[in-house]
Amino acid sequence: MSLAVNALTKSLWVFHLAGSPCNNCDIEILDTLTPKYDLERFGILLVGSVRHADLILLSGAFNKKAVIRAKRVYDQAPKPIVVVAIGGCACTGGIFRDGYNFDPPIGKYIPINAYLPGCPPKPEAMILAIVKLIEKLKAG
Amino acid sequence: MDLAYLILQVVVFPGLLFTAVVGLITSWIDRKVTARVQMRVGPPFLQPFYDVLKLMIKETCVPAGASRGLFLSAPLFGMAGAALASMLIWRAFLPLGQTFSGDIIVILYLLTIPAVSVILGSFASRNPLASLGGSREMKLLLAYELPFVLAMLVPVIQTHSIRLSSLLAAEPAVYAPSGIIALVVAILCMQAKLTLVPFDAPEAETELAGGAYIEYSGPPLAMFKLTRAMMLFTMPMFLIAVFCGGIVFSEGWLAVVCGILKYVGLVVVIVLIRNTAPRIRIDHAVKFFWGPVTVFVLVAVILAFMGW
Repeated sequence: MSLAVNALTKSLWVFHLAGSPCNNCDIEILDTLTPKYDLERFGILLVGSVRHADLILLSGAFNKKAVIRAKRVYDQAPKPIVVVAIGGCACTGGIFRDGYNFDPPIGKYIPINAYLPGCPPKPEAMILAIVKLIEKLKAG
Repeated sequence: MDLAYLILQVVVFPGLLFTAVVGLITSWIDRKVTARVQMRVGPPFLQPFYDVLKLMIKETCVPAGASRGLFLSAPLFGMAGAALASMLIWRAFLPLGQTFSGDIIVILYLLTIPAVSVILGSFASRNPLASLGGSREMKLLLAYELPFVLAMLVPVIQTHSIRLSSLLAAEPAVYAPSGIIALVVAILCMQAKLTLVPFDAPEAETELAGGAYIEYSGPPLAMFKLTRAMMLFTMPMFLIAVFCGGIVFSEGWLAVVCGILKYVGLVVVIVLIRNTAPRIRIDHAVKFFWGPVTVFVLVAVILAFMGW
């Protein structure tokens, strides 16, 4: 198992799943992937298909319709898979938590490995979150 | 020939294992040079090996309604084709005397198998984006194969032989004007054969989300990645074998270093083209290969006939 965790944490391919966000978190996620932060140093790549992914980034307040789709995308991903909720909306619903179309937070439907609050979180905060997540995975 | 020896050649050296390891190192060169072009640091040396290892431990998803047998076996065909092509090229480099007349034609056929396997796998996956990628791959295959074979004709005409070892023994084709033109055309066709930018329409990350590979996960995806890495090794090797005299092992270490430098140089040319060109549309690619490139290479063939 340690070999599996080692290989997984050394080559995390990221799939970005946006559930009706305001785009601020998405812009910050893309910022994190720019040459300035150069996440390819750690083997992190952005992929276009969830079938290639090891890490799903959720952003935005997932409403009643988006939650079903997000669950389906999660089921299509090959396991083992790691899920991170980026931003206040994905963590708790943020300012949309009392909205008529808002379900319980996405964590009720998909097992989430790490929550990263912020509106939006800075690239540095995202890198810190990924580092903590890798440490947590290595610890078992 | 001893059967065990032959199996050893196919599986270990210079076949599958050797090609895979050197191919992964080449793909690291590709990623590192790309990173330096973009003013980044780039991935560590073992990154391609970690990627393949990680894909090996992932789950294999087969989409509902897909043709299961073809979907799972397509990557194997591609990998076998790339490994066999590389083995035939290296048997001509090594002083073993194990070449046969017409091995260039066999290699040309084997080098198309990875592309065919991508087409089969994408159509078997029952995904609309994958079949779009597959159809683009097919068009691209039809487009570059004509000028590629014509370019290979130039050194064959110059040396009057379709045996790779006699091409290696003769004066390299690039010393003649026709050989230079053919090499330039072959580099363009190689870029398309490797489906690298500007000819990466079949897997267009931005519009097809991985295109032909979209439904692949786990070990089959690892095999496709490995096949791509092996082709990144085999194609430049084939070009330096046909046009630039290959790697000579019988004339001391300086000739070997010279051969490796030729190979690395060609890889860097591929990477630089891939980093400085935008993706072109598939119909433009077909027009490009069937129009100017074919005319260009026909001129080279005529020059070669005239003895230039």
